[in-house]
Amino acid sequence: MAKKESTFLNMLVTLLLVTLASSAALGYIYEFTKGPIAIAKSAKKNMAIHKVVPEFTNLPGEEVKKVVADNDTLYLYPAKNGDQLVGVAVETFTNKGFGGPIRLMVGFLPDGTINDIAVLEHKETPGLGDKMQKSKSNFSLQFEGKNPDNFKLSVKKDGGDVDAITASTISSRAFCDAVQRAYTVFKEGGIQ
Amino acid sequence: MSNLKNFAKGFVKENPVFVLFLGLCPTLGTTSSALNGLGMGLATTFVLAMSNLVISLVASVIPDKVRIPSFIVIIASFVTIVDLLMSAYTNTPGPNGEPSLYDQLGIFIPLIVVNCIVLGRAEAFASKNSVFSSLLDGLGMGLGFAFALTLLGSVREILGSGSVFGFKFIQGDGILMFVSPPGAFLALGFLIMLMNKWKQKIV
Repeated sequence: MAKKESTFLNMLVTLLLVTLASSAALGYIYEFTKGPIAIAKSAKKNMAIHKVVPEFTNLPGEEVKKVVADNDTLYLYPAKNGDQLVGVAVETFTNKGFGGPIRLMVGFLPDGTINDIAVLEHKETPGLGDKMQKSKSNFSLQFEGKNPDNFKLSVKKDGGDVDAITASTISSRAFCDAVQRAYTVFKEGGIQ
Repeated sequence: MSNLKNFAKGFVKENPVFVLFLGLCPTLGTTSSALNGLGMGLATTFVLAMSNLVISLVASVIPDKVRIPSFIVIIASFVTIVDLLMSAYTNTPGPNGEPSLYDQLGIFIPLIVVNCIVLGRAEAFASKNSVFSSLLDGLGMGLGFAFALTLLGSVREILGSGSVFGFKFIQGDGILMFVSPPGAFLALGFLIMLMNKWKQKIV
């Protein structure tokens, strides 16, 4: 195929038309997917919240409270059944993970007792640190039903009450760090 | 070249991963399981087929000097479309809280735009051939890429987690190294070796 001669004018016009057409197409697709993307995002959040706090009837995503700590943000989602507060889901993080930051969703009952913990995001070593996930080992079960007021959130090696994952002390410490941060913010946050 | 040959060359003879060694970054990065490999492969197939189609349509009216920028804009648009569609429809986490396909593929979806196969096929094939054969070429190359990624993902998942497409058939952990990056290199190396051996036999 013969190459088309390049002049200033036809290069300008071509690039203009190409970018115009592609931005129009993108604008259309963006409008089209805006709704489904928002729905998928909030469904994902709600699923994690559902897992860690007792049955609720409100929309915790709408009443979220943000707390900034250590250059990152924690999110507190109050779960209410009618007007009664049944628990608070705290999206927390730690930068002490072995493979990078870890994000957890920690569910507290109104008196501060840990109800359940779900791992949202982590990059720990498969087979070792990733045992903090509920599906992989019983590590996270030992936190359930404990109140951090009388359950020291650090591994036994550091004088705490938590049984670390074998061969993954760093991941276990990071996990405790994230839960402790969630508890501190929950106490100060004062959602009652 | 016949249409069938044109379509089929992407699978074995000119397979982007095993023969041309193009797009190895997403290949190594996303194939920790068969499903991830397939998802990434199909996303790339869509971009390849659509960009080949559009580029072969407009190639004759684009001046030679602005050829590459125009191609990049077209490719980037399709990648963004895939990214938006996937974040809308493949973003539901699994029943046990496994991250969604969109979360697992993460940064590699926007990075399809710099995958050398896409611009490579646009330059080497779509800008010189008819619309229909460009579409076939894009589909064949894309499906060949998806085939390679699914194969590599399956091998790594079978060896590393004792499951395939999420169905577990060995209890407990597998050879965990195959799920992590060094395993990707090893598995790919052995697959290429087997592929070359097999190709020598049939020729």
